[in-house]
Amino acid sequence: MSSRRSRQSGTSRITDDQIIDLVSKLRQLVPEIRNRRSDKVPASKVLQETCNYIRNLHREVDDLSERLSQLLATIDAESAEASIIRSLITQ
Amino acid sequence: MASSISETNFEESKRIKRRKTGDELRDPDTIDHTRWRSESEQRIYSTKLFEAIRQVRRNSSPVNKVSSGRDIQDAADRVLAVAAKGRTRWSRAILASRLRLRLAHNNKKHKKARLAKVTGSIRSKMPEKKRFIPALQRKVKVLSRLVPGCRKVSFPNLLEETTDYISALEMQVRAMAALTELLTGSPVDRLASTSDS
Repeated sequence: MSSRRSRQSGTSRITDDQIIDLVSKLRQLVPEIRNRRSDKVPASKVLQETCNYIRNLHREVDDLSERLSQLLATIDAESAEASIIRSLITQ
Repeated sequence: MASSISETNFEESKRIKRRKTGDELRDPDTIDHTRWRSESEQRIYSTKLFEAIRQVRRNSSPVNKVSSGRDIQDAADRVLAVAAKGRTRWSRAILASRLRLRLAHNNKKHKKARLAKVTGSIRSKMPEKKRFIPALQRKVKVLSRLVPGCRKVSFPNLLEETTDYISALEMQVRAMAALTELLTGSPVDRLASTSDS
């Protein structure tokens, strides 16, 4: 797993510790992996789950966008309903 | 020895300069990921999103009153990118790509867009390391394609961007789900795991 990439010139050397730290941070974000024991999850699995998770989130945004577009189709931009909704959001 | 010293000085000055402009990515403390989880951030995002959606509907032709889901998603992404305040690469990439599209559309020169695509594909074929791609590197590549604007970013920066991007996406989903819930009056069925505090 550890690979020192010196592709970029002039950058500070990328230590393994840094990578481990970032990967662990990533691991905490992805709900799939959060519950598993940290020792048993290899980096490739973390990356895989991260990709899946991002794809899922994209799909959710897509679905929600569709629903919102249908829901908001009936609401006129200047109507009183719009201001009501806005006030509810800012509560 | 002397060269390394001058190098670190140069690096230092670069870093200081970057920090002043707020562009520093290497120092993980400057990017606060927990900000995406705050309620106020979500509320601000919701309001801006709502305004943006209304603007989209206002700008769309009066005949076709139904804005597609794609328009909504674009608006949501744009507002999200703006909310990032330009500190992360993915947010800048989202805004930059929109600008590029709009320019290409206004000029009606589709050649520009096509040209950009062509050079992009040629450049990606240049490195000869395509033969032996270890599984890990392949996954990193896939990840870099998912996060906007991060195809050529170094590995630690990519991870940094990814963590921020995921937090931001989660907030986006939460805000849009809340808005939907508000409009329909019933809780939304989330595809992923439910609440993450």
